[in-house]
Amino acid sequence: MPAEVLVPIRDETDIVTARQRGRELAAAHGFSKTEQTLIATAISEVARNILAYARRGEIVLATSEHQSRPCIVVVARDEGPGIQDVDVAMREGYSTSNGLGMGLPGAKRLMDAFDVVSAVGKGTTVTMRKCVR
Amino acid sequence: MPVPILRLDDVLVASIQAALTDQDLLQLRDDLSEKVGRFRARGVIVDVTALDVLDSFATRTVRGIAYTARLRGARTVVVGIQPDVAFAMVQLGLTLEGVATALDLDEGLALLRRDAP
Ligand SMILES: Nc1ncnc2c1ncn2[C@@H]1O[C@H](COP(=O)(O)OP(=O)(O)OP(=O)(O)O)[C@@H](O)[C@H]1O
Ligand SMILES: [Mg+2]
Repeated sequence: MPAEVLVPIRDETDIVTARQRGRELAAAHGFSKTEQTLIATAISEVARNILAYARRGEIVLATSEHQSRPCIVVVARDEGPGIQDVDVAMREGYSTSNGLGMGLPGAKRLMDAFDVVSAVGKGTTVTMRKCVR
Repeated sequence: MPVPILRLDDVLVASIQAALTDQDLLQLRDDLSEKVGRFRARGVIVDVTALDVLDSFATRTVRGIAYTARLRGARTVVVGIQPDVAFAMVQLGLTLEGVATALDLDEGLALLRRDAP
């Protein structure tokens, strides 16, 4: 298993690929099946956002260690329109696309650490991490 | 890959086989709606046993399937949500409000039969 996996996101089949790769990487690093599903679901949400709002981008999956526990780090980045106010976008129910507005706040709950950096006109990078319990 | 839809008397059973794309899921909604009319079905079972993830889009679409079928005169039961998928849905804050669920296909059929008028 390579230390880093890059999945380009260009169409919806890439969403499925990204979450499968995430699951594989998590399985290879000792995450339980339940944790693998939590990670796969969070990846699905951020990949879906790339497709919906930026049309294209990429997901980078890597592993790290935090307090001597193996962790998986997911970076979702795009060069799309960016988010004007990240705090607002993180609110449950906030959506500019008639969605449920659950993707970002939900993914944050699924993971241990979650961070969004975005600049209007430049793009968005979501970084999230989960470590083995 | 389109989802196969089987007919058991007046019940349509859609067994989702693998990780579906969004397009497959939307296609399933439209196919079911059409078949409910064609076969005069009273019940629809959506079997999601094989789904490894139910994210916000999939949940919204499954809900859409159930609401669409109801407007066409059929009741929908979603069966086979795996324990870890259910846990992830709760964490994500997703619900299947207003949609009947059952443990598996047998339970789903029993539910439809029991509540049949
Ligand atoms: N990669 C991105 N680029 C630009 N805007 C984004 C991006 N990701 C999220 N957003 C903005 O943040 C809002 C909230 O995102 P979130 O995923 O929480 O909800 P949603 O996508 O609208 O609905 P849901 O995910 O529940 O279907 C989006 O409506 C969109 O305006
Ligand atoms: Mg979203």
